[in-house]
Amino acid sequence: MSKFSLITKGLLKENPTFVLVLGMCPTLATTTSAMNGLEMGLATMFVLILSNIVISLIAPVVPDKVHIPVYIVVIATFVTVLQLLMQAFTPDVYKTLGLFIPLIVVNCIILGRAEAFANKNGVWDSALDGIGIGLGFTLSLTVIGIVREILGSGAVFGFKFITGDGILAFVMAPGAFLVLGYLMVLFNKLAKK
Amino acid sequence: MAAKSSLRNMALCLTAVCLVCAAVLGVTYAVTKEPIEAAAVAEAQASIAKVLPKGDAISEEQTSDAEGILGYYVQTAADGSVSAYAVKSVTGGFGGPLTLMVGVLPDGTVFNTSVLSHSETPGLGAKCTEENSHFREQWKGFAGRLAVTKDGGDVDAITASTITSRAYTKAIAQAVALVKSLED
Repeated sequence: MSKFSLITKGLLKENPTFVLVLGMCPTLATTTSAMNGLEMGLATMFVLILSNIVISLIAPVVPDKVHIPVYIVVIATFVTVLQLLMQAFTPDVYKTLGLFIPLIVVNCIILGRAEAFANKNGVWDSALDGIGIGLGFTLSLTVIGIVREILGSGAVFGFKFITGDGILAFVMAPGAFLVLGYLMVLFNKLAKK
Repeated sequence: MAAKSSLRNMALCLTAVCLVCAAVLGVTYAVTKEPIEAAAVAEAQASIAKVLPKGDAISEEQTSDAEGILGYYVQTAADGSVSAYAVKSVTGGFGGPLTLMVGVLPDGTVFNTSVLSHSETPGLGAKCTEENSHFREQWKGFAGRLAVTKDGGDVDAITASTITSRAYTKAIAQAVALVKSLED
């Protein structure tokens, strides 16, 4: 597989949200606006790239029976580092995403990529895979966020283009499921062509 | 691929990984400790400044046993008299705790309010965080009965968010009650 396709497959063929359908909890919960979706996607990408790199390095020496606990410790460490860094340097972002940052640990995309890719491939490929899948996740969350923000609050990235309220349901949980469902249909229809 | 498992290498591997991770976390914690504290202080200062009249010196955080009061700050004028209080007050909102910073003048008049943290419904109760909205503007200089109009008070509730409005009002009532007890 070429290096370039390692990145692009995360965007299309193995898009984590619309094709693999992984990591639905943060997808549904944090995409109330485009900005939140984007920030959550970037936070996940950060952890994904680093954990993929480290896991691809240590995989050959980790005994098979304890590989899951070892991976979880590695992932949890990166998440905690990220959490502390965000708290220190981007307190505003931390305020909106605070609750969901620790949940990146249990995001199945990250452990999934560790299991399915990083422990069988080299460092370089694993890093690229992390970037690709991370970009795919970020892009998906941002698109869902944009759609929900337009319909729910009548705004894009915080810039309001209507006065008053949008359709409130789209900011809340039911809207998240609806938007995700329709985007998934659309995405798969377009991707098949 | 993965090495063969034996009790020894499993224990060794887990211990080593945990040690390294603990070291990484320790270093990060040490590095970020000060910025995190500075950010928290800056945020607290900003929220205090927002709810109090400008100028005078603000005290360190004081504690109180009163229900729902997390702490308060006293602002003193140049002549040493108390010019205002900033009270951190918490109540149960619709979706979880609702924490406010309430600026109260010594006579019990509300000067201004600001939301420190909340978990209200986006688009409904979360509107209580929108500054310049009618709900927020009415608190500036508020001295009426602290209850929403539905309950016979003078507070205009946010449309379709009576529970949030009640919680907001209650947090302010707690703050005002504290100031009154301090002034007595």
